[in-house]
Amino acid sequence: MQASRKRSKSLPYILVFPTAAFVALFTAWPVLLSFYQSFFLQRMNIAKFREPTFIGWGNYVDLFTDPYFIDVIKNTLTYILGTVPISIILGFLFALLVNRKVRGIGLFRLAFFHPMVLPMVSAATIWLFFFTPDYGLFNSTLRFLGYSGPENWTGNPNLALLSVVIVAIWKNSGYYMVFYLAGLQNLPDDVYEAAALDGANGWQSLWRITFPLLRRTTLFITIIAFIDSFRTVDHIFVLTSGGPSRSSTVLLFELWLERFEYQDIGTSAAITVIFVIVLLAFTVTNLITSDRKEV
Amino acid sequence: MENISIRKTLKKLGTWITNLMATFLALLWSVPVIWAIIASLRPANDPMSRGDVWFSNTLTFENYTRAWSLAPFGQYYINTIVVVLIILVVQLITIVLAGFAFANYEFFGKGWIFFFVLLQMMIPTSALLAPNFATIRTLGLFDTRLAIAIPYFGSAFGTFLMRQAFMSVPRDLVDAGVIDGCSWWQLILNVYLPPSVPSLIAFGLSSATWHWNEFLWPLIITNSDKSRPLTAGLVRFTQLGEIGAQWSLLTAATLMVAAPLFITFLIFQRRFIQSFVHSGLK
Repeated sequence: MQASRKRSKSLPYILVFPTAAFVALFTAWPVLLSFYQSFFLQRMNIAKFREPTFIGWGNYVDLFTDPYFIDVIKNTLTYILGTVPISIILGFLFALLVNRKVRGIGLFRLAFFHPMVLPMVSAATIWLFFFTPDYGLFNSTLRFLGYSGPENWTGNPNLALLSVVIVAIWKNSGYYMVFYLAGLQNLPDDVYEAAALDGANGWQSLWRITFPLLRRTTLFITIIAFIDSFRTVDHIFVLTSGGPSRSSTVLLFELWLERFEYQDIGTSAAITVIFVIVLLAFTVTNLITSDRKEV
Repeated sequence: MENISIRKTLKKLGTWITNLMATFLALLWSVPVIWAIIASLRPANDPMSRGDVWFSNTLTFENYTRAWSLAPFGQYYINTIVVVLIILVVQLITIVLAGFAFANYEFFGKGWIFFFVLLQMMIPTSALLAPNFATIRTLGLFDTRLAIAIPYFGSAFGTFLMRQAFMSVPRDLVDAGVIDGCSWWQLILNVYLPPSVPSLIAFGLSSATWHWNEFLWPLIITNSDKSRPLTAGLVRFTQLGEIGAQWSLLTAATLMVAAPLFITFLIFQRRFIQSFVHSGLK
């Protein structure tokens, strides 16, 4: 039975080699390189710091004692807490709304899902108009409703991060909807029939049956949403450039700034390491906890 | 009796409320793209700031032709298409080979190698843009289309997907192939691939979408129009001095960048959505 599995000793290694080599070169090596560089002071835009000098944990100490970096962490947490739960809840709501056998339901799916296919920079450019002071769509609508509150969305330190969050929610909710939709369509019908016979109403079966049965889907979506919220900053480039006064700078954007604006190799390497540790810790925790629950 | 009729009315009301809510949310979600399409057809001599941000008296395509003449969008198109295709072709080869190895063979260190490859799923490439930039410089690839594509040549996600697909191919079929004297590549082509085409398409669609839309990595790794893709080109375009707040021009450029993928999506909507589910859940 295992005949085909043992024919060649070296062939499987050769077949896996291309993939493993690219992963080694562009995932494993950069992590090691960053770890190494994070112990050195090296800034390309200052002549005397061009050559790396060993400074131990210096870059990390500097980062965590810098109130500005603490703000970046706070912004990142706010951004994640602002986008992830709401997008997931909306995704679930959309899935419930379109998981019906009604004529033209495909149009509704299209309406919720299409932002996913747009490039984030295109989406953000459109939204930039919505946030424009004075005649922007947001302000026009608010004024129409009789409100004369904040005007300059992306230029106001209190609203810039919110603007970025709104665009991310608009773009991602439909993506999460699709996973819930698949989950809903895989649910067994007989459970609902039994519940209906027992006199459960729609709400009860939603909370007592649908939600618990979709726990795995929710876990999966949470992981994706979390990683997405870390790795997408395209809209920040278009909408706020991290401003004003860095109020919408999140971790990845800060990493870009340190490396490509300030040319600071050491600090950007330290941020990369922090970034990788957070991502790995999150994924591993999730895998461990989900394994325990499922067995 | 009365109870039942009340229940029926309530149920009807519930359906009504659901429909209303669905319609409202769907309209709300569609506003940005619909507005962008309308705005892109607005004549330049009728700026938004005059008041009505929705409709103008006349429609025109001049914004598209003007945007096209102000920046080398043709070159950006070529760059994006070349990058997406290179990535796709190389990925399809690497993931099929690796997926086949993991699904079909037992070999020393298999579990560890698999775990190593999966690391790429846990650490997104965007987190590693600083060290990868250094690598690309060392390789002498800076400001080339290959530089945009090369970090994605190996795909943990695709390998995982193909391994799953290949493992669900019945064992008997594989054994029959071996007995018939199939070599390893005949085994892939004749036994493993035919039933795995849906997975391959699913992966291809999500890969193409992802790389068509990617922005940050191409932004830092390109420095001239000969390699710059659409997304980075669009952001450059929006920052051109002479563009300013000409929204009809901006929306035209924005839609131009999104159009090919978006139109493909509209045509193969069902397939697309299924692909995203498929590639996510397997």
